[in-house]
Amino acid sequence: MDQLFVGIKTALLSMLGTFMPDWLVTVHSVLISATGIAIFGPLTMMYLTLIERKVVARMQNRLGPNRVGKFGLLQPVADGIKMLTKEDIVPYKADKLLHLLAPITIVVPALMVFAVLPFGRGMIAADLNVGILYFLAVSSTTTISIFIAGWGSHNKFALLGAMRAVAQMVSYEVPMVLSLVPALMIAGSLSTGAIVAAQAERWFAFTPWGFVAFIIFYLCGVAEVNRSPFDLAEAESEIVAGFHTEYSGMKFALFYMAEFMNTFTISALAATIFLGGWHGPFLPSWFWFLLKTYILIFVMIWFRGTLPRLRIDQLMGLAWKFLLPMALVNVVVAGFWYMSSGVIRTFGSIACLVVAFMVLTALNRPYVPEKREYTFAEN
Amino acid sequence: MTELTFIAQLGIYAMMFVVLAAAVAAVTLRNLFHCALALAGVLIGVAGMYLAMHAEFLAMVQILIYVGAVMTLIIFAIMLTQRLGAGDVAQNNKQSLFGAVAAAGFVVTLGGILWKTPWPVKEEAVTSSFSASDLGESLMTTYVLPFEIIAIVLFAVLIGAIVVARKDAPKGAEQ
Repeated sequence: MDQLFVGIKTALLSMLGTFMPDWLVTVHSVLISATGIAIFGPLTMMYLTLIERKVVARMQNRLGPNRVGKFGLLQPVADGIKMLTKEDIVPYKADKLLHLLAPITIVVPALMVFAVLPFGRGMIAADLNVGILYFLAVSSTTTISIFIAGWGSHNKFALLGAMRAVAQMVSYEVPMVLSLVPALMIAGSLSTGAIVAAQAERWFAFTPWGFVAFIIFYLCGVAEVNRSPFDLAEAESEIVAGFHTEYSGMKFALFYMAEFMNTFTISALAATIFLGGWHGPFLPSWFWFLLKTYILIFVMIWFRGTLPRLRIDQLMGLAWKFLLPMALVNVVVAGFWYMSSGVIRTFGSIACLVVAFMVLTALNRPYVPEKREYTFAEN
Repeated sequence: MTELTFIAQLGIYAMMFVVLAAAVAAVTLRNLFHCALALAGVLIGVAGMYLAMHAEFLAMVQILIYVGAVMTLIIFAIMLTQRLGAGDVAQNNKQSLFGAVAAAGFVVTLGGILWKTPWPVKEEAVTSSFSASDLGESLMTTYVLPFEIIAIVLFAVLIGAIVVARKDAPKGAEQ
């Protein structure tokens, strides 16, 4: 059961090997993995929309979609057909080429990052020795697509949304990258496969530095995919829909698809680096991986159902004044953890982190004006 | 596996062509935003070239820094210029002829130097691949002094940026 998908691929390849030259089999080996990802990504997106709607509905004491198919299971299909049949409206003054280019280019990196995710034991499309860097680099190109969308639409709301999105993503990328550094230091590798292997004994999230890094990474991840409570880029109540205001039909659906696939991949990366990846007892490794990922996605939906949207200054302040210094302290603590041993290792690290947390929260206390004394007025 | 090598070479040449085409577009298009996007294409293509030369780490850092950060900065700078979106920005002026001559001279000189210089390449340097950990190790041992100097320079730049960005007269409580 554990090697189900790997087994299917091997069987397919050996079948092809009976009548194909070697080099064509190599090409097909790549093609099979790529096709698997190209099917898995959009399929995940379709059902994530359903999960999100269902879970948020339950949190708001509603039922959510339940008319199309059993439990609304065919709702994503119905949505897809609706999207495809909608009119594609391009604004008169828009930059036609860029308006078309943006939704296409935003999906490409979202799909590309699937390549380095270890879905299970031996189930990784490409175990690059710079896997984590690949993930960060490829996903950082999303900002340009968002900017193209905002600029190409020739719409003030779209441009405002794009500016917000890019400012936010550039800011949150810094603590996000730094929060990964401790895990890379301890594992001694940039490859996702090696990082999962390093967590066979203990998940990184169960060490002091790992716990802090996990929280920082997860918060930055939520901000990076523009999800609530960091969804200023598409704040409905302020700027209509942000950078995709002028998109309709399938183009809009592609933005949606990229967003949900990014949600999945960020959660999957957090599970890979801090929650032990596919490690787990009894059940197949890919099941553990998906379980951990979906729990993290559930927490993101939970955020959306619970928290109000942040103000832009709060958003920037959180990234630059709190998460960034905390991530830097965490790098030092991870070094301390690596060099020391025994009791002092655990307690020393925890003490450092707690002190840093308290100092940073004290320094970041919001400015509250003094309560006024009204001398001449009654209450 | 000669077929695979052939396909890979075809891909590399296609990528080189795209990089050159995008580079020409970056300096000839009349819309600043399109130029910036063409530049992004060039940078991604160069990262692809690094990948083809087995410098994975360099390729990833190229995308992360140039495409992710520097391009964003350039696009922000374009947003702050006037005539935003006007497709009539002249890309050349009266000095373009002299510029072309000077550039051609530079290319010829540089090409001559590169052609004449003997490159002492060791066999193992070409065949062995270097991982990120090798790079980090040499930065921390052999090249630790340049590394530290760069760190100091970057630190100075950081402080300078804060000084430039600071409000002129910080008085009273925070905003």
